[in-house]
Amino acid sequence: MKNSCPACRKEEIEMNLKKVFLNGILNENPTFRLVLGMCPTLAITTAAMNGVGMGLATTFVLVGSNLAISLMRNIIPERIRIPTFVVVIATFVTIVQMLIKAYVPALDASLGIYIPLIVVNCIIFARAESFAFKNKPLPALMDGLGMGLGFTLAITLLSSIRELIGNGTLFGVQIMAESYQPMAIATQAPGGFIVLGFLLALVGVITRKADRKSGKEGA
Amino acid sequence: MNNLLLILVGSIFVNNFVLVKFMGICPFLGVSRKLETAFGMGMAVTFVMGMASLVIYFVQNYVLVPLDLVYMQTIAFIVVIAVLVQLVEMVLRKVSFSLYQALGVYLPLITTNCAVLGVTILNVNNNYNLIESVVNGVGGALGFTLAIVLFAGIRERMELMDLPEWMDGFPGALITAGLMSVAFLGFSGLIH
Repeated sequence: MKNSCPACRKEEIEMNLKKVFLNGILNENPTFRLVLGMCPTLAITTAAMNGVGMGLATTFVLVGSNLAISLMRNIIPERIRIPTFVVVIATFVTIVQMLIKAYVPALDASLGIYIPLIVVNCIIFARAESFAFKNKPLPALMDGLGMGLGFTLAITLLSSIRELIGNGTLFGVQIMAESYQPMAIATQAPGGFIVLGFLLALVGVITRKADRKSGKEGA
Repeated sequence: MNNLLLILVGSIFVNNFVLVKFMGICPFLGVSRKLETAFGMGMAVTFVMGMASLVIYFVQNYVLVPLDLVYMQTIAFIVVIAVLVQLVEMVLRKVSFSLYQALGVYLPLITTNCAVLGVTILNVNNNYNLIESVVNGVGGALGFTLAIVLFAGIRERMELMDLPEWMDGFPGALITAGLMSVAFLGFSGLIH
């Protein structure tokens, strides 16, 4: 598909951007497909609101660091790229930490120590190393946005399930009937491991089914 | 003395870093296929967490606080940890090559282990003094070692079992970790 006319090339670039964006949400969803960034995924998903907050904070850092690293990719020497990534990511985390403290203190209280720990979220490192360092700023930005939203969706889903089972509520609103006895273990530590385990199993079953189907069609 | 014992028991059992606080899950799931490598990782983390607690105590109290740079905490801590891991690697190589060979592969991975950054931030938040910080760091790392060694032992046996297809790999590992976490909940009555 090599087109010389500017309009077609523009269209092609737009297609690619869309693909890069969707890649993070579906094909390479950081939580369900790559199984990265497990610490915040398990630790703060006790209530749906925490999932949204953590997801958006991580998205902000991911977009910022991807863009900054992509812009500097020709200046950063190959040998010291890892320390450079660490400092760039830590800078964005500090920014988001200050913003949350200033504007959403309630979220700051419920996420606590896990906000500074976004620094060591493997998703951000992985995208800096494998995508942003090798691509132009615009695709890097889309990749950060897609990966961040994919992460947000995944942990919001996980935290909604845990809140519903463990507390009978969703975003703080009572959903289950009055007679429902909440299973507190779902919001405690073991619940995180077990609910995520079953979710991953479900995703695995669905992908295997889809693979078999497309395999049959291909043959 | 009593206080130190409480911190130690608390960080190993009651607030186990992996199974209760969810820190260091990546190596916990990634490097737990064999008992031997799990133990090696645990020892490397113990070394680095103890050192990091010690060094960061000085960084926090003698550099960041006097210069009024506390808002630079996250950046300063992660840079110190990265440098420390690199230093430990270089020193080990010169001093004890056999230990370096045993731990070598795991050392670079430790920079992105949230348990290391986590324990240093917890030390600062709890206002621990120098000795308390180091005890908390070493205790937390021993808790990590305990969890990952137990988990590796279980996974070695799981290899031989005939699991249903949907449980293969991560789902099975996570559910196993969940059951271990239930067991560790039993310690929660130990300390208030």
